[in-house]
Formats: sequence, C-alpha cells, structure tokens
Amino acid sequence: MAIWLARLSVDRWRLSHGCEPGEGPDAAPTALIEETAHGPRITAANRAGLAAGARPGMLLADARALCPGLCAVPCDPAGDLATLEKLSLWAQRWGPWSALDPPGGVLVDVTGVAHLWGGEAALLADVARALAGRGFGARTALAPTAGAAWALAHHGPPGAILTPHDDLLRSLADLSVAALRLDEGVLAVLRRLGIKRVGDLAGVSGAHEDPANAAAARDALARRFRNHRSPAANPLLRLDQLLGRVPEPLLPVSARPLPMVTRRLLEPLRHRAPLDRVIADLAQDMMRTLEARRQGARRLELALWRVDGEVLWRRIELAAATRDSDHMIRLFAARLDTLEAGFGIETVQLRASWTEPLAALQADLDAAAEHHGTALAGCIDRLSVRLGAEAVTRPVLRASHIPERAQAWQPPLDPVHAASHQPACHAPRPLKLLDSPEPIAVLHASPDGVPQRFRWRGTVCEVARVEGPERIAPEWWRERSTARLRDYYRIEDGAGRRYWVYRQGIAGDGRGGLPEWFLHGLYA
Amino acid sequence: MSPALPFARVLARALPESRWRPGLPAPPFHSEIFAPAAEASGAGLALALARDALTSAPQGEADAGLRHVLWVQERAAIRRGGRLCAAGLPPDIRHRLIHVAAATPEDALFALEEGLRCRDFVCVIGEIAGNPQALSFTASRRLTLTAERHGVRLWLVRLDARPDLSSARMRWQVAAAPSPPPRWNPAAPGTASWHAELFRARAHAPGEWMLSDDNGTLRLRRDPEPAATPDHGDLARPTVGRSLAAVARM
Repeated sequence: MAIWLARLSVDRWRLSHGCEPGEGPDAAPTALIEETAHGPRITAANRAGLAAGARPGMLLADARALCPGLCAVPCDPAGDLATLEKLSLWAQRWGPWSALDPPGGVLVDVTGVAHLWGGEAALLADVARALAGRGFGARTALAPTAGAAWALAHHGPPGAILTPHDDLLRSLADLSVAALRLDEGVLAVLRRLGIKRVGDLAGVSGAHEDPANAAAARDALARRFRNHRSPAANPLLRLDQLLGRVPEPLLPVSARPLPMVTRRLLEPLRHRAPLDRVIADLAQDMMRTLEARRQGARRLELALWRVDGEVLWRRIELAAATRDSDHMIRLFAARLDTLEAGFGIETVQLRASWTEPLAALQADLDAAAEHHGTALAGCIDRLSVRLGAEAVTRPVLRASHIPERAQAWQPPLDPVHAASHQPACHAPRPLKLLDSPEPIAVLHASPDGVPQRFRWRGTVCEVARVEGPERIAPEWWRERSTARLRDYYRIEDGAGRRYWVYRQGIAGDGRGGLPEWFLHGLYA
Repeated sequence: MSPALPFARVLARALPESRWRPGLPAPPFHSEIFAPAAEASGAGLALALARDALTSAPQGEADAGLRHVLWVQERAAIRRGGRLCAAGLPPDIRHRLIHVAAATPEDALFALEEGLRCRDFVCVIGEIAGNPQALSFTASRRLTLTAERHGVRLWLVRLDARPDLSSARMRWQVAAAPSPPPRWNPAAPGTASWHAELFRARAHAPGEWMLSDDNGTLRLRRDPEPAATPDHGDLARPTVGRSLAAVARM
C-alpha cells in the first residue's frame, strides 16, 4: 500500500497555525519557498496560492508578478522528513512494516492484513479517515508491488486497488512514464523518444498484441540504457520492479523507543532520603539501559507523579554524552531541593530524551583495581606487556640430575605437570644458582680431594666444613663423549657462607687436562 | 621472682611488642633486608620471614596457602647473586612461585608494585642490587603505601646496598653465620643460619639475633645446644621397599 501525502509541507505549515483548510492564514495565497542560487523558489503553495498562479518550481519573483499579494514562508524540509518518519511509524498500525518514500510518501506492507479491516477498500477508507483526522490530505493505492502502488497513488485514480489477479501491465499501461519513479533526465530522454506512457515503454500500446514488436522495443531500450545501473535511471529496470519481475528491496523504518526506566512505588514517598534511594536505583537502571544500546544521555528528564495526579518535572542537560550513574545522581540531587512532595510521590520515571552514541569504555578499570586488587591473570598481563613475556615465568622441575637441566621456566599460568612436583634427587640444593658457573682457583690437598681454600671474585675463602662429593655423571645420551662428570661439594667457610662448588672431571679420566673448579650455587 | 629468669623473658613480659621475635602475628607490610651479594643470606632470610608470616597469620587468611608468591629479581641482582633455583626452594613455595626477571630497577619496581596490587599474591619478594637512582625515598614510600592498602607483604632484599632513605617499616642487616653442626656429620654444613640485625623498626626496638631456618620454621638460636634435639636431617626420609640385603637373604 502506498500513501502519498501530496501536500505534506503545506499541511504542516497550516497545522502549525492550527487552522482548518481555507481559514485563517490559509485563506491568503501563500507559498513555501526555499533559497536557491537564483533567488527564492517556490516549493509548495496552498490552494489559494495555486489558484493565484503560484506553481512549485517557480521563482518567487515570477509568482509575485502574477499575484502581488503572495505570502512567502520558508519551507522546512528537515521538519517534513521528521514528520514523515513519525507518520511512517504510525502507519505500522496497518501493516507489519513500513518504509519511507520521501518526499511525502509512505509505503506499508499490507500483505495478508486487509481482511482485518474488512477488505482492501475498507482499509484504504480507514487510512484516508485517519490521515484526515490528523489534518493531512492523502492519496492511497493498493497494489501487489510497491512500484505499482506508488504509481497508482501518484498518477492513478484515488483509492485505486489492484489485486494479484489483475494484469498489472494492462492496468497501468495508460499511466505516464513518470509513474515509474525515474529521474528528471531520464524522463526528458523518454519524452524526446516519444515514449509517454508505461504501455509505450513495454511495447504493448494499442489493443493488438504483438510479442515480436514488444521484444524489439525492449531490445532497443535495453541498448539505449545499457550503462544505467541505478533503477531510478533505467526505465526497464523500474518497469520490471513495477511488474514484480525483479525484487525491489525496501528499507523499513523501525521505532527506537526512548531509554526510559520507571519505578512504581508501593507507598507514596514523602521524604527526601527514600527518594534519593529511588533515584539512585533509576540511575543505575538507566546506566545499564544506555550501556546496552551503546549510547550516552545528553538530556535526562525525571518525572515524578504525585498522589494527587500532579506531575513534577526535572530536566537536566549534559555537556557531553554520559552514562555515569553517580554523575546523574549528583546532578539531580541539586535539582530536587525545591520539590513539593505534597501527599507523596507514587511513581518516578527517568528517561533520556536526547541520546548520543557513546562507545563502551572501561572507565573504572583502575578504580576497581584500586579497591579490590587485580586478578592474577590481569597482573601477569600487565607485567608481560611491560617486561616481555619471557621475563615472567614459573620454575618447574624436570627429571634430570644436571642442575641447569633440572629446572625449566614456563609461562606462569600454564598447567604444571604433576610429576614435576618432586625433585629428581633428594640432596639439598642451593637457593640460588649462578646462570653460568664461575671458575674458582682452588687449593686442595690432593687433585681428587676436598678443597681447602678457594678464591672467588677476588676474595679468598677458607673452607671450614665440607660435605661431598656428590657425583653427577654427564647425560651421555645428550652430551658429547668428551663431557666430564661433576663432583659437587657443599662448602661452608669460616664466616658461615655456604657455597656449592664442583670439580669438573677427574685427573686422568682421559677427557682433558687437570680438572677445573667452578662455583655454581649459593646456599641460604 | 627468681633471679635466674632469662632477661629476654622479663623484657618480653613487660613490653610485649617492643622486642621482635619470630612468630609475631602481624609483621609489617614492607620490610627491607640488606645483605651482601656474594651470599644468599638475604634471599634466605626473606623467604624464612615470609614463611614465618604465613604460618603465624591469623585464621582469616585461610587461603594464604593457595595464593601465589611473586619473586622479582633485577638483572644486576641475578648477575651478582644468581638466579632462583627451584629445587632449593621449600616444597610448599616451589609450586606456587612466579618469577620475574626485570631488566632495570625501574622495571623491577614496576613489577613489585603490580604484584602488591594483585589480590592473588600472598607476598612479594624482591631483589635489587646496589642503590639505583630509581629506588628513591618516593619509590619506597609508594611501595609501602601500595602494600598497606592491598594487604600484601613485601620483603625487599637489597644486595650490596647502603642503607639509604627508605620508608620500610622494618629494616634488617643480615649476614651468614656459622651453622650448627649436624648431629650425624659434624664436618658438613648445617642448617641455614644468619646473623640478623634489626636496625630500624617502627614497632620494635632494634636488636640483633642469631636466626636459623629449622626445617621450615624460623627460630632464634641463642646458644649451640649439641645433641639437645635429634637432628634427623636427611635420614628422615621413609624407607621404601626392602633393601637389597633383605632381598638377598630371602
């Protein structure tokens, strides 16, 4: 179903003055004008103006020449479009969805709903009655396709109805080619070609049927408009859309209700403290509502229904879109001091009548961490990001007797293998291991004996107590055949410092010269 | 009143909190331990104090045994004092330790502060070598405030460092001490012992102690008591299966 509000802007202007057609300001010839490069141009005129000779598209100066008393009023295309949006939402009372058809048109899908209104004719009568009740003059038409309905609404008889059983092409053949929703330039081309009616375009003019003639006409037009991809520039495409041979997707309008939260109270509130509590709850709800829609409020309206039916309004406007509930509460708290509760407030409603998109922000990330501390994963993420992933590790034990191989460093949150809880050997190990064993100069009683004294990092340590050796053989399946064994000694010097030193190899093992000594670890 | 009563007990009764002893219920949240880098006494005492604080914690921190321990080592500290060895750690710490190797003192301070902020860490131990510019009084105050706000304890080991300005609530100077000889092998090194000096503390009087880590608990070592307590040492391990000799006899 197509609804065409042919005089939408004029009707709006008249309704803004609150007068009936032909009365008050509407009685004088008036034209709605827009400013163009060549001066003010008329976009629409009321009945008296049309009668006086003003036509849409005419320059105001020309119209003044015809009718010196013509009133000029600036037009309001944005307001017209907003009105049309509201009307198209309102038109969903007749069908499940509706689409905008600017300027001044609404398309409603009424497939299978006509019987609810008592038939197609009764449906169109209801539309006309409802629109007339709102003060708009409208032309309506009902057809199987949107294009056909539009053509009938704009160029057909009023209240035209086509059913799927009718032959669309035959019924619409007499309409002007302007009924195909084409651009001005294309219409001019068609006029020059001598194609005036839809029937001419389809090659079905006259009473006789000639398929060969129709196909030839179509081929010629297809060649002529082969580079025109847009439906509005290609009459054949429009014709096919009108006949339903190709689909014509329409963009339906859908309502977005205002973010609105309400609390109905069990007992009327007469005191400020419980009201503050209710408003805090409402602000929290509003924050969640806005968050779900990814919007922030620019204007908030608080309505308080009193028991005696009075409604108290408090309105705040915000400098930037926000959904911070604490901010809302603070702002409203300053505005509630002058509230007259009377016999009590029974309903409180908060709505955001102006919202703007506001992306989701982690605003309180640091604040939450400040209060409750971070979780382990978050902490490790922060550390890894700054220090590098390899800097944050967890030591795990491995099945090896070589001290360097006996532990591995793995990412801290990876699962630990259960077998790695027990060390491979039970001899006491130092608390610290040097990354690379440092060579020490050792004085010993015999080449294979215990050390007596050694020099490490420039200081001489007298060995007081020794335990060892603990012999660790090289892992022959991994290392070269020349790898030497290690004899580890736990050493405590005179001051109580405890070291873990080893001698690499034994004299005469055939894998090198005299064995060397290394300091490998520090005991606690 | 017997005149033979030890002086320490009299003092402890008169001023119950003024003299530090192991096992006090609420150790401060930020302590510093100055130690030479050529020995692991600083890390050992830090670990012992941390475990002492864990075992003497009030019952409210029931999940303290499950939370992780963060150990932050600066690169210079690793170079001078060595990296942590998992096999040398006590078994109750080993499986829940997270190690951070920081390249600079700034990174180490950042890691310490982030660790103090994390509710999943039961304590944080840090090792920083020398007196870096980054570890100023402001930085230590930051660490103290963060630790006290989030209730995570920090032991900061300062290797080869001068005791400069710091806001740590307890400051220790520690050095290795000769260990008590083990009962079964007097020639071998014994359990870890330290000579610890508490030179600044907010709640306690300064003092010096000989401390030793006795099988996981921190103890005062007043005087050597040879053979007073059986030293099981490594012999405490249970025997599994039969010995070869027993098998051969069968």
